[in-house]
Amino acid sequence: MDTKQTVVDILKDLTGSDVSGNLDENLFDSGMIDSMATVELLLELQERFGIDVPVSEFDRSEWDTPNKIIAKVESMK
Amino acid sequence: MINLQPYGNPMYFVYLLVGLLPLMIGLYFGKRFVVYQTIISAIFLLLIFGGSKWQQGLALIGYIVYQFIVVGGYAVYKRRANQTWVFVCTVILSIIPLVIVKITPAIQVGRQSLIGFLGISYLTFKSVQMVMEMRDGTIKKFDPIMFARFLLFFPTISSGPIDRYRRFQHDYIQIPDRKHYLQMLDKAVHYIFLGFLYKFILSYLFGTMMLPKIAHIAIMHREAFFHTGISLALVGYMYTYSMYLFFDFAGYSLFAVAASYLMGIETPMNFNQPFKAHNIKDFWNRWHMTLSFWFRDFIFMRLTFFIMKHRLIKNRKRIPQVAYLANFLIMGFWHGVTWYYIVYGLFHAGAIIINDYWLGFKKKHRQLPHNRLTEGIAIFITFNVVCFSFLIFSGFLNTLWFSAR
Repeated sequence: MDTKQTVVDILKDLTGSDVSGNLDENLFDSGMIDSMATVELLLELQERFGIDVPVSEFDRSEWDTPNKIIAKVESMK
Repeated sequence: MINLQPYGNPMYFVYLLVGLLPLMIGLYFGKRFVVYQTIISAIFLLLIFGGSKWQQGLALIGYIVYQFIVVGGYAVYKRRANQTWVFVCTVILSIIPLVIVKITPAIQVGRQSLIGFLGISYLTFKSVQMVMEMRDGTIKKFDPIMFARFLLFFPTISSGPIDRYRRFQHDYIQIPDRKHYLQMLDKAVHYIFLGFLYKFILSYLFGTMMLPKIAHIAIMHREAFFHTGISLALVGYMYTYSMYLFFDFAGYSLFAVAASYLMGIETPMNFNQPFKAHNIKDFWNRWHMTLSFWFRDFIFMRLTFFIMKHRLIKNRKRIPQVAYLANFLIMGFWHGVTWYYIVYGLFHAGAIIINDYWLGFKKKHRQLPHNRLTEGIAIFITFNVVCFSFLIFSGFLNTLWFSAR
């Protein structure tokens, strides 16, 4: 399955909105994602892609847009 | 021998500038004079912990040796195995000195623990994050000298801001290019002067000149409003104390960040216009940021991660609520084992849980008005909730209600 589509789907489940139209939107600044949603995101990524992202690895500035998340997942797969 | 508390008076800045000048020249030319930096750091540490504070100095040395054994020992262990119980025990061992220091005054009234020293809690934050990041594998190598530099970085040793090891290490090794370093110097000068305004003028005005007078009037009205002591003066105390707290701590933090910048280390900022926050969550992203982010990353997120992974709580809405309670309760205890610090923590946990309900409600009802007026109202409410929490935090209610009449 396509990484991009899966990430967009996960984010849709988490935030209730479709981010596919704006993949460079800052998810933290816009308040779409908070710390709790971040943890859910990490667990979802673990489940769907089998990648292990420890909490310390999560630097907000590297994960703050859908595009950056997709790139991170691609690099860790 | 003389004793010199960090950023205590304008003369300190003269000593600081003179002491750091050779280092700054080196950085300007792209070199870090490591030996010089070590010597000058030792001198400034000696000024903080020497003289009349020599007992604290000994406690600091003992503490550093202890943390080296705990953190270094864990690093050695981590190369061979990775069991959860060893990790948990290491974290507990790392926290124990701080726990003793915090509990001693609560058990033996007024007594300070002998193993305590100025800044022990900030060093504990640094040590615990090392253990946690080694567990996660984001810190792979234990470099004892860098660890010592990180713990004993004198501009932030007494009250933060709390840096992160990997960030600090990067800045220490990677010297900023000249253009960037000049920008940092520019900011440092700006921060120092802003700090003067905050700490030596505004904090003095609110804390030293106004606060004792208002406190006196409020105590004279302690029988007001059915013996609760609620009076206009108490409300005045709440706002004055809040202003004092902000300008005092933000002023100090500006100094600490500025001194770090002079040394080519970009210590993170601690405050970002907190009274402009439009809800409590936003407030904690702006107030004492390095502390609240530490709690977010090393307590809140880890706890929610653990709860969700092991499915300990079924109801999705309960998980962050439980984590907020644990998070802020620990923060309360960290401030000190007194009823008002703990109530302060619980109050913020309650506020942020209510805030979450409201944000959820807003998400469901997108037709709710959002304009400058509603924003203004939100900022006003947040500001007052925060100031009330600082009234609890100040301990003044303890004096007002329970001290001898």
